[in-house]
Amino acid sequence: MKYENSFLLSLYRTMVRIRYCEESFVEPILNGSIRCPVHLYTGEEAIAAGVSANLNVDDKVFGNHRSHGHFLAKGGSVLQLVAEVFCRETGCSRGRGGSMHLVDPSVGFLGAAPIVAGTISLALGVALGNKIKGNKSVAVTYFGDGATGEGVLYEAMNFASIRKLPLLFVCENNYYATHMPLRETRNRESIYEIAIPFGIEACREDGNDVLKVYERAKEAVSYCRDGKGPFFLEFETYRLRGHVGPDDNIQGEHKDIRPQQEVDTWLKKDPILRFRKHLLDSKKASKAELDSIDREIEAEVEEAHQHAHESQAPDMKELGKYVFQNAVA
Amino acid sequence: MFSKMRSLNYAMAINEALFQSMAADDTVFLIGQGLKSPWYVGQTCTGLIEAFGANRVIDTPVSENAVTGAAVGASISGMKAIVVHPRVDFMLYALDPVINEAANWCYMNGGHCSVPVVIWGIINRGGEQGAQHSQSLQSVFAHIPGLKVVMPATPYDAKGLMVSAIKDPNPVIFMDDRWLYGIEDHVPEDLYEVEIGKAVIRNSGTDITVVASSYVASEAQYAAIELKSEGFSVEVVDLRTIKPLDTACIFDSVIKTGKLLIVDGGWRSFGVSAEVAALVAENCIKYMKVPIKRLALPDIPAPASRDLEKGYYIHRDTIKNAVMEILGG
Repeated sequence: MKYENSFLLSLYRTMVRIRYCEESFVEPILNGSIRCPVHLYTGEEAIAAGVSANLNVDDKVFGNHRSHGHFLAKGGSVLQLVAEVFCRETGCSRGRGGSMHLVDPSVGFLGAAPIVAGTISLALGVALGNKIKGNKSVAVTYFGDGATGEGVLYEAMNFASIRKLPLLFVCENNYYATHMPLRETRNRESIYEIAIPFGIEACREDGNDVLKVYERAKEAVSYCRDGKGPFFLEFETYRLRGHVGPDDNIQGEHKDIRPQQEVDTWLKKDPILRFRKHLLDSKKASKAELDSIDREIEAEVEEAHQHAHESQAPDMKELGKYVFQNAVA
Repeated sequence: MFSKMRSLNYAMAINEALFQSMAADDTVFLIGQGLKSPWYVGQTCTGLIEAFGANRVIDTPVSENAVTGAAVGASISGMKAIVVHPRVDFMLYALDPVINEAANWCYMNGGHCSVPVVIWGIINRGGEQGAQHSQSLQSVFAHIPGLKVVMPATPYDAKGLMVSAIKDPNPVIFMDDRWLYGIEDHVPEDLYEVEIGKAVIRNSGTDITVVASSYVASEAQYAAIELKSEGFSVEVVDLRTIKPLDTACIFDSVIKTGKLLIVDGGWRSFGVSAEVAALVAENCIKYMKVPIKRLALPDIPAPASRDLEKGYYIHRDTIKNAVMEILGG
């Protein structure tokens, strides 16, 4: 496919924005100024960037525990993300949610939740609402390979299929459900095949190639938008940080889970380095242009940290606020 | 007959609430397993598919988790879903979307999203149905911050509380009891609300306060009438809403009578009766002339045998005997 340079650079910008945000959290996690559990998206940026490039503001997205990238790619603000990870009143969830509960309805990011597979059915409901209203919007649910062990995924696939709902299932297969390798949780390595018996269109793609992600998602989103039913996309990827926090593997001293050779192989497939190389090799952008984007994003993220640092913590007097809508504080 | 004196049975009162709410608001829809079948839902859904179509009145596969999650998700994004569970027992598959998602959603997202969903669980017991077709689990849901729980005892309240539950911007658990479905009483034809969180005095009295809800409130009312002819003045407080409890109404009554029997159709331990007893003990103990008494199900699963059922469930005679014991009759 032929792409406008501005489009290619916008994909690059989204991926770099996610990467800089994620890496900016490493030091504050290590020094204890960030306390909430943070699941970094480093290494998986191409998926959120490529999928979201096909969505408009009326398309609604739900995330999971590892959703900084989903939030930013859908248009969520860096300022609000960083402030939320620091649990400040200025965060997107006013410090009541933390890293795992990001939200911004104004951009169509309806929420995230760390209960594995927990938001699949919520996206199913948005798709059902779209169908009832008769609009052309699509709902997206992002989940990991671990969620394929949850029954609700299969219930949701069946229901979405029989009602032909505009629901895009996006499975980010990073080969590990916390500490459990995929091969220990499934007999078959391929995940997308689980959708086929339900009569759902499904395919598998390299999740570290942003243009391939974009093209697959484009086909899938159009399919959903045209009222043909749900679509299941499996993207193969790898987290370059641990399950939670910046460590290589799980947490603390658990460094023996993923073989170093495997980590090294995936480091070479870093989606940002690959796309940068593609842009330079195909002369779509100059090194100076890309470096300038990097510096601009770096400054944006630094400013967000400064903003979070200067922001107030939530007021103890408002501890009980927001339990109910319209409730008196 | 004047229309304002029109009578309906309890099930048809719910039916009218659903019918009028759906007619008044295009975003309201009904979903759940079995709603096409009176065997599952009595008369409550009669005529709704014919009136509003299968797009808004949706009978589903047996997938309580995904279907309830879909109701929650649709309600996050501008719809107002009512999800029906023909037996509360089967609704346990849906605890994740109810407790983890719906109840927490507003709070953990800093008040940016509300969930105007109605989760309707029907208590259906007796007739030797045994342990998994009988449970009254209001206390489970009332324990959870972010949920409201209503349990109407009369046709008037069944309609008014269903209407209020649909209009409420927060998740409301609506629990009714098949033992009430045949009760007939005055139900206005217009679309009216019964305020959530307000109890009502069913029978004014001075000797003792009986606090109850749903079926046992209805039975307490019959007991009070019988006891009146025997010279006892019993005040029946029908809670109508389990959470938030109308503490003012309860306290006013026990301050007047100085004697309290709490009746609950759920189990005795850690339940509604324990909560009411604790609140009265904390706030009104100096007015109490005798110890607070509770009447609830024993901590035993529902038996099948009709002979055992007789001693297990609470009916008007059980309540009458408990009152007499306190009053020394």
